Amino acid sequence: MSTIRIPPVLRENTGGSRELVADGGTVSEALDDLFARFPALRDRVTEGGELSQFINVYVNGRDVRYAQGLGTSVGEADTIILLPAMAGG
Amino acid sequence: MTIEQPPIFREVGVEEAKQLRDAGYRVIDVREPVEWDEGHLPGATLIPLADVASRIESEVPDHDTPLLVHCLSGLRSARASAILNQLGYRTVVNLKAHLNDWRLAGGAWEEPTPLLSPEQRRRYSRQVLIPEVGQEGQRKLLDSKVLLIGAGGLGSPIALYLTASGVGTIGLVDDDVVDESNLQRQVLHSTDRVGMKKVDSAELTLRGLNPETRVIKHEERLGADNVERLIGDYDVIVDGTDNFDTRYVLNDAAVKLRKPVVHGSIYRWDGQVTTFIPFAGPCYRCMYPTQPPPELAPGCDVAGVLGVLPGIVGLLQANEVFKLLLGVGETLAGRLLLFDAAGTTFDEVRIWRDPGCPACGDGSTRPEASADAVAAAPAGPAR
Repeated sequence: MSTIRIPPVLRENTGGSRELVADGGTVSEALDDLFARFPALRDRVTEGGELSQFINVYVNGRDVRYAQGLGTSVGEADTIILLPAMAGG
Repeated sequence: MTIEQPPIFREVGVEEAKQLRDAGYRVIDVREPVEWDEGHLPGATLIPLADVASRIESEVPDHDTPLLVHCLSGLRSARASAILNQLGYRTVVNLKAHLNDWRLAGGAWEEPTPLLSPEQRRRYSRQVLIPEVGQEGQRKLLDSKVLLIGAGGLGSPIALYLTASGVGTIGLVDDDVVDESNLQRQVLHSTDRVGMKKVDSAELTLRGLNPETRVIKHEERLGADNVERLIGDYDVIVDGTDNFDTRYVLNDAAVKLRKPVVHGSIYRWDGQVTTFIPFAGPCYRCMYPTQPPPELAPGCDVAGVLGVLPGIVGLLQANEVFKLLLGVGETLAGRLLLFDAAGTTFDEVRIWRDPGCPACGDGSTRPEASADAVAAAPAGPAR
């Protein structure tokens, strides 16, 4: 179980929620739990079963690309941040 | 019977001292540094009286060098002259006169150029009082050139505060005109300027705020064809654009020309800030290698933005600019700061330099990546 921060651009797919608690011992499992509850989210953040390259995933501030990717383990005290690029200025 | 030892250095008045100086006597000023800073003889060497014995040998190794010694009134320099005699200097002459008389007689004199004018000391006094800034730091700001990409939401507070603080040159890149819908957040502009070019409106505002700051208007849209020309002359680039195309074009050119870029972006209630320092930290492509599709990244014109958000995020960017220009503090290089205005929370994530980055990584195959940029990147595993 971990906390997932939803970026503003994806909140329309989570009923406006900014933060959700998800089950699972890895980032991948936590996201699957989220997708089960918010199916529209899956299409926004995955491509062909893989996480979209436009979205960065951080666990406690660390990019999972430099850890074990989506297999990075997460626990109750951990926060996952999903972060797509932001363009506005 | 005691024989009084006469001074074996000579004492001269102003006119003879002028001749000796012209004849090549080495001038030794034995006053204190604070006195020196207010003015001194050109070419003189400052050695405060207390340091004469310990420093003269390194400053003037040859004991046959003729010395003309002076202080403010001739008293300290008489003691210094005696010391110099004892140390073996053969020709020591003391100026037994007040420096005011030297100056009144037209003796050579120079005053150091002050770092700041009296007006500048008054205007920037609150900033100069900060130990990490001081007159030297303020001078650096006055000599600095900062380029703002975009004179809109983020550009407005950044331009206002950099100008107010005395950054000497502000370049503005924007080809847009002021629209009514801008005024809710773009505080550089005003109601009576709707329809005016943003660079012109910005110039009017900034000139009114601080006439000393030079505003350079680049009324064009930043693109691959002009980016290197636009950023080449500036010390720091501030990215306050509203689209991905410009952000990637700017990133690649800034990496190539090794210009630091302070990045800010905003969306509704959320903002992101970081600083990219080429090859010392990650670049924009390290963070997001490719451009996302439009539906994942709508602009403010489609999605909306809270009026204060660019103010807050823009000033965080301006803060980064000051640290870069002054060389103090710790920048956001390698850290992406996330601001959520709704919860008033800040989060921070680490961003890493990617060895496989197409712009700054060692495996870069981008044809426009410069040869030296590739060479400067540390070796790392190709991905």
